[in-house]
Amino acid sequence: MEWNFLAVLRDFDLLMLGLLNTLKVTGLALLFGVPLGLALALSRLSTFRILSGIAGFIVEFFRTTPPLVQLFWFFFALPILIDVRMTPLIAAVVTFSIQSSAFFAEIFRGGILSIDKGQWEGAKAIGMTYGQCQRRIILPQAIKRMIPAFMERSIELLKTTTLVSTVAYTDLMFQANELAQKTFRPLEVYTIVAAIYFVLIFLFSQFSIAVEHRLAKSGEGTVR
Amino acid sequence: MSEILRIENLHKSFGDLEVLKGIDLAVQAGETVVLLGSSGSGKSTMLRCLNFMETPTEGKIHLNGELIGTERGGRMRYREAELCALRARIGMVFQHFNLFPHMTVLENVMEGQVIVLGRGKPEAQDKAMAQLDRVGLAEKAAEYPARLSGGQKQRVAIARALAMDPEVMLFDEVTSALDPELVGEVLKTIRQLAEDGMTMLCVTHELGFAYHVANRVLFLHEGTILEQGEPQSILKAPATDRMSEFLEGHSLFKLPD
Amino acid sequence: MAHNWDFATILQNWPVLWVGIKGTVFIFVITAILGLGGGLIVGIARYSKSPFVSWPARAFVEVFRNTPVLVQIIWFYYAFPILTGIETDPFLAAVLGISLNTMAFSAEIYRAGIQSINRAQWEAGKAIGMNYNQTLRRIILPVAVKRVLPALTNRGIEVFKMSTLASVVGYVETLNQAKLISDLNFNPIESYTAVAVIFFVVLYPVVQGTYVLERMLRKGD
Ligand SMILES: Nc1ncnc2c1ncn2[C@@H]1O[C@H](COP(=O)(O)OP(=O)(O)O)[C@@H](O)[C@H]1O
Ligand SMILES: [Mg+2]
Repeated sequence: MEWNFLAVLRDFDLLMLGLLNTLKVTGLALLFGVPLGLALALSRLSTFRILSGIAGFIVEFFRTTPPLVQLFWFFFALPILIDVRMTPLIAAVVTFSIQSSAFFAEIFRGGILSIDKGQWEGAKAIGMTYGQCQRRIILPQAIKRMIPAFMERSIELLKTTTLVSTVAYTDLMFQANELAQKTFRPLEVYTIVAAIYFVLIFLFSQFSIAVEHRLAKSGEGTVR
Repeated sequence: MSEILRIENLHKSFGDLEVLKGIDLAVQAGETVVLLGSSGSGKSTMLRCLNFMETPTEGKIHLNGELIGTERGGRMRYREAELCALRARIGMVFQHFNLFPHMTVLENVMEGQVIVLGRGKPEAQDKAMAQLDRVGLAEKAAEYPARLSGGQKQRVAIARALAMDPEVMLFDEVTSALDPELVGEVLKTIRQLAEDGMTMLCVTHELGFAYHVANRVLFLHEGTILEQGEPQSILKAPATDRMSEFLEGHSLFKLPD
Repeated sequence: MAHNWDFATILQNWPVLWVGIKGTVFIFVITAILGLGGGLIVGIARYSKSPFVSWPARAFVEVFRNTPVLVQIIWFYYAFPILTGIETDPFLAAVLGISLNTMAFSAEIYRAGIQSINRAQWEAGKAIGMNYNQTLRRIILPVAVKRVLPALTNRGIEVFKMSTLASVVGYVETLNQAKLISDLNFNPIESYTAVAVIFFVVLYPVVQGTYVLERMLRKGD
């Protein structure tokens, strides 16, 4: 057995295209998932029982079912249920937005609950409404504490996006499969692709560790 | 003198626990009322009912002659917007300051003015600086609360409440969390407010402060006002055994003869 | 878009699904034992004073934590045989990918658990004449395991969900069988909903259990 990377390097642009799509799905899922997660967290914290019940169910459901099952459901089942043209990209973005929002919701909720009750009191006593307290006093403090958990979750999301290759979205994983078949060099292709993922994720997690250290130094606690 | 706060038959229960059992009180403009009572007697709950941090179970509260809430079906109903507007008119200072740690001292004092009262930033800043000057902390305006001493934090909290131009101020054991050497500066600030004619209700264990500053002292016991009167008489010659016992427990604070 | 939900076809195909469920449980048990058990060894190795032990352990953890588990499974399926000459069937590839990934994650959990125990307990062990191994086994580990139990349970839940990835290389488990049923009966809605519900019904009580466990342990500390 001999390593031969030539074939892979010749088609390296295919892999780069895949990488770009991987980042695109991750970015879009974050774009929708974070606000949705905040909405779910606020709903779950609401004193309105029905609302908090529904939000709680959504969060628990998407945390306890496998992402691949969710992806298949949105890709194969949803278009029949509601008459839409489903593309791999839409299925991927919908799945990972909702799936990660369930996790983000728990991070938001933990962050909000970690803020001292006195902050609510201080804000309420000067006449702030619930929304003003939340926006001006609680969330700015909570979000700072959530950053490490938030970044950890984003990294998990990036890893999970590899699943979109199974519904034929041309992410890095999918391009790897294509290239492996085309070049008959699965060892080199998959090793290179693993290395690309490793570098990407390793850098991102080193960055998140650095941020966490800085936050820890500035005396901010963190929630997980 | 005009009546600024009127409380009628105030009751408050937490579940089965009845904490306030019918409080009646009228406070005149410019009056300083001190609430005494042992721990758990309902002092905090009473103050918190006045600005509706807790919703009374029963009873009526009038501020400046207006009844707060509307009566329907024999019960009082309160709208959230009405209560927020009310809280903006009543200042409250807490034992643990509750300053906003992510804002500077100046921003702390401007926040309510800008967000709740809708004042413009320049005006809010001028008012904030004036109040910080009043509590002697103008030079700390740019600091974050974490860099202040406990006494300074509490004075900022007082400035934050004053900047809203409140009609009444409520103080809930504002010196209890402070190191003994820092108590004086805060009490001095409150005393100055009293002399400036602010209407105040203070829960405190500082009997010397009650003696010298209060116009009236209330003794709360098990959710009712057991005794009240001028400090010079009630602190020296309490009418009930309960209050005598309470005062003996605080004999550390020597009263002048 | 009034879809007629028809779960009758799922019930008719129950034996097909059952094969998948058995496959899921089988691979879950194997990977959970290997992953969570092996993680303890890696975690201890990572804590070792000898750099010849701690550095390989650290490299292992970094590699397997910082690559997606699906990449690992596929690598073991297509690349590993070429590199080593050892043939991997879908089951073996999935077991290798999921177990090694889980080992890396749980190693970090154990390490955090061991490090959370303060010096005094190590010294207490030494003071009554125990050597390093005895102290580790009899004093440090029992306390550490108790502390890491919630995180380990969460990992276990992740492993259970991860088992569906084995279907990508063709291992017969629940999702794979649901796809089969769906392709034969044209009922993807019912098939995939059924799988989602199965996972939810199994894991929901476990997740609730971990909340209770966390609360109990926090009180016990
Ligand atoms: N939010 C609450 N829920 C239940 N019980 C409360 C609450 N707040 C106060 N209490 C109870 O009400 C009683 C009076 O409390 P409080 O007004 O804080 O007393 P004080 O300030 O005089 O020490 C205490 O028994 C306390 O436990
Ligand atoms: Mg109190």
